[in-house]
Amino acid sequence: MPADAAPAEAENPAADPAAAAAETTVKVKVLFFARARDLTGVAESSVELPSGSTAGECLGRVLASFPKLEEIRHSMVLALNEEYTPESAAVADGDELAIIPPISGG
Amino acid sequence: MAGDEPLTAAVQPPTTELDEDLVEILEEGSGRLDITRYVDHVRDLAAGAIATFEGTTRDHFDGRRVVELRYEAYSAMARRRLEAILREARAAHALRRLAVAHKLGPVPAGEASVFVAASAVHRADAMEACRYVIDEIKASVPIWKKEVYDDGEVWKENREFFDRADAVTDTGRKKGHNKASGGGCCGSKVRVMEES
Repeated sequence: MPADAAPAEAENPAADPAAAAAETTVKVKVLFFARARDLTGVAESSVELPSGSTAGECLGRVLASFPKLEEIRHSMVLALNEEYTPESAAVADGDELAIIPPISGG
Repeated sequence: MAGDEPLTAAVQPPTTELDEDLVEILEEGSGRLDITRYVDHVRDLAAGAIATFEGTTRDHFDGRRVVELRYEAYSAMARRRLEAILREARAAHALRRLAVAHKLGPVPAGEASVFVAASAVHRADAMEACRYVIDEIKASVPIWKKEVYDDGEVWKENREFFDRADAVTDTGRKKGHNKASGGGCCGSKVRVMEES
């Protein structure tokens, strides 16, 4: 379908995924563990982001709210919905993002 | 046709599945790991070998006396990771049964924090699977240990995590080491958090 063939908005909402999606923001629950929790002072927080944001962008918001987390910025990894995730992964409404400092189980 | 059945089919032991394996993450206050129960869980009439690993807590680290060890976990994800690790162990080795348990909360020195048991027809499979499971726990299961000393406390960091972290995510870090933050240490080095 040519991009400039006809006006996209309102003409054919069923063919326009952006119009079909009612949410323009997504809400993500963020969990802090171990050293991350020590640095933020809380076990969890919530971030609201534009739809289509990534885990990395969510992390950026978290770092802005909790600047002390910079201390572990380069040693932490992220988990999205209980699976390790690259920062490039998209977040959806209701997702759970965990800040995972270096682990020490076993 | 019945005649096509290989004669050996009748003597193969029934296969065991992942859902027969035991995965336990004991929340704080659950008491000691019941090691006998885990070993008995993997005991199997077709197994010629049971291999086990017990991780025990030390009372000294780097010459300092450890007053207490405390474990915490992202329990839901830790359970998922443990189940995935057992699946991987089963894919790589011919195993009968597996059991893995990790204790959370305070663990007194000398006691078990983690236990792994694997049974197999042959000992090489049992021993290698047991090794694989504990190595993977150290690299990837979201559990954390805090060591408390007389003069401070620190969250420990497994070297295995840093070795693995780059492979797990693409956070953009080039080498997975603490270059930019100024911390300068990683792996098994201990940091004293004076402010804690």
